[in-house]
Amino acid sequence: MTALPAALATAVLVTAGVVFFVAGTVGLLRFPDAMTRLHALSKADNLGLGLIVLGLLPQAASVSGALKLLAIWLLTQVAGATVTQVMARAIWRGASPPGASPSHASSSEAPRS
Amino acid sequence: MSATLVADGVLVLLLLGLALRATAAADAFAAVVAFVAFGLLLALAWMRLHAGDVALTEAAIGSGVTGAVLVAAAMRLPPTLPHIPPEADPEAAFPKAMPGGAARPEVMPGWAARPKVILGEAAIRLAALLLSGLVTACLAGLVLWTTGPSHSQAATALRHLPELGLYNAVTGVLMAYRGFDTLMEKIVLLLALVGVWSLARDTVWGGRPFPAAIPAQGGAVTLIARLLPPIGIVVAVYLLWVSAEEPGGAFQGGAILAAMWLLVLLAGLRQAPLLGSRLVRWTVAVGPAIFLAAGFAGFAFPAGFLSYPPGVAKAMIILIEFPLLLSIAVILGLLVTGPAERRP
Amino acid sequence: MSSLTLFGLCAAGLIGIGLYGALVDPQPLRKILALNLFGAGTFLMFGVVSRRGADAGLGGDPVPQAMVITGIVVAFAATALAVALLLRIFQATGDTVLEPTGTGEE
Repeated sequence: MTALPAALATAVLVTAGVVFFVAGTVGLLRFPDAMTRLHALSKADNLGLGLIVLGLLPQAASVSGALKLLAIWLLTQVAGATVTQVMARAIWRGASPPGASPSHASSSEAPRS
Repeated sequence: MSATLVADGVLVLLLLGLALRATAAADAFAAVVAFVAFGLLLALAWMRLHAGDVALTEAAIGSGVTGAVLVAAAMRLPPTLPHIPPEADPEAAFPKAMPGGAARPEVMPGWAARPKVILGEAAIRLAALLLSGLVTACLAGLVLWTTGPSHSQAATALRHLPELGLYNAVTGVLMAYRGFDTLMEKIVLLLALVGVWSLARDTVWGGRPFPAAIPAQGGAVTLIARLLPPIGIVVAVYLLWVSAEEPGGAFQGGAILAAMWLLVLLAGLRQAPLLGSRLVRWTVAVGPAIFLAAGFAGFAFPAGFLSYPPGVAKAMIILIEFPLLLSIAVILGLLVTGPAERRP
Repeated sequence: MSSLTLFGLCAAGLIGIGLYGALVDPQPLRKILALNLFGAGTFLMFGVVSRRGADAGLGGDPVPQAMVITGIVVAFAATALAVALLLRIFQATGDTVLEPTGTGEE
C-alpha cells in the first residue's frame, strides 16, 4: 500500500530499534549489578523505542495517529527516566526494593534457597 | 501467515512461562513482578484476538491496578518461601543480612512449625497436579476438537447501535445490550470498597489510609507527579469519549485517573483523604447512583429498566459515563490505598 | 494449527497452572495470585470463543468481550478485598498461614 521508500525506511528503522532492544535485554541479563543493568535498559527504552516509533511514523494512517505514536514515545521516555532515577536512588541508599533481591543481589550476595 | 503463527507461538510460550514463574518463584515480590509482566503480554494477546477494549482493560486493571495492590501487599508481608526442608533453621533460611530484610517484618514464628505438617504434602501435590492436568487436558481437547466458527451474537449486538449513537459494539453491549451487568459491576466495586473499609480498626475508623503520612519525595518522583497528571486527565477523558467509536471506556479511563491520583499521593504532594469525609463518600457513590437513577428512568418507556429513549440515548450514555469515570477512578484508587490506618 | 488454537491451548494451560497454584501453595498471597492466573486463562478462553464468533464485519463477538471486561473488573474487586483481608489478618495475628498457628509448640 505505502510507497517503497516509506516501507524501506520502516524496515530499516524498526530493525535498528529491535537491535537496541536485544542489546538492552542482553545487558539486563548479563551485566553484573543493578546500576549497569539500569544503564542497559535505558538504551532499549530510549533509542530502541525511539527508532521503532520513527520507523512506524510513515505507516501512520493520519497525522493524529502519528502524533499519538510520538506521544507514546515521549511518555515512555519520561516514565522510564523517572523509574530509572528512583531505582538508582533506592540502590544508592542501600534500601533495595524487595523484588530486586533475586535479580540484582544474587551476584554479590549469597544465593537464597 | 506462518510468521504470525511463530510470533503467536512465542507470545503463548512467554505467557505460560511467566505464569509458571508467578506461581513457582521463591520470592513473593518476584512472583508479583512476573504477574504484572504476564498481564501486559496478555494485553498483547487480546490485541491478537481483535479485542482492543479487553486489551486496554487487561493492561489497565488486570495488570496495572491489580499489580499495584499485589506489590503493596508483597512489600508489607514477610518474605516467603514455598517450602522449608524439615531440618532447616529458620535463621539460616532467612539470614538477617538478606537484602530488603530491613524494610520488611521479621519472619513469623509459624514458619518454623510448618515442616511438622508436611507429612501428606507430596500426596496433596500429586492429587492437585493430576486434577489441574486433567482440567487442562479436557479444555485443550475441547479447543482442538471444536474448530468451526462459534455461535455469534455480533449481528444482534450491532442491530441497535445506530439508535444509541454508538459505533463501538463492545461499548454498546456494556451500556445497553447487557447494561444490567455493567450496573451490577459498579455495585460489586462499591461493595468491595465497603468491605475493604470495614477492615479498619475501630480506633481509626474514618481516618486516612497508610500507616504514616508520606513525606514529599522531591526529585524525579515529584517532577513526574506534577508533569503527568494533566496529561493523564486528558488521556482518561479521551479514552471515555472515543469509546463510542473505538476501544476505550469508563474503566480504562478511570484506571488512568486513579493512577495519576496514586502518583500524586505516593510523591507526597497530597495526603490521602479522610475516608469518612462526605466528599469521598459522595464521589464514590455519585456514578453508580446516576446509573441506577437512569435505569429507573427507563420505566417511563415501554422497554423498562435500563432502556434509553430513542434520540437521547447518546446524551444519556454520556451523562451516565462521565460521573462514572470519576467514581471509578476514586474507587479504584481507594481500593489500592486500602482501609484507614491512621486516626482522623 | 492456527494462532487461534494456540491461544486456546494457552488458556487451557493457564487454567491448569492457576488451579494447581491455588490448590497447593500455602501462602494466601500466592493463592490470590494463582486465582488471578486462573481467571486470566478463563477470560482468554472467552476471547478465543469471541474470535471464532467473528461475524457481521466485527473482529469478534462483542458479547463475550464485554463479559470479559466486566469479569476483569470483578476479579480486581475480589483481589483487592482478599488482599485487604490478608493484610488485616497479618496485622492482627502476625501470621499469614492458613493453618492453625503454633503447631510446633504442642
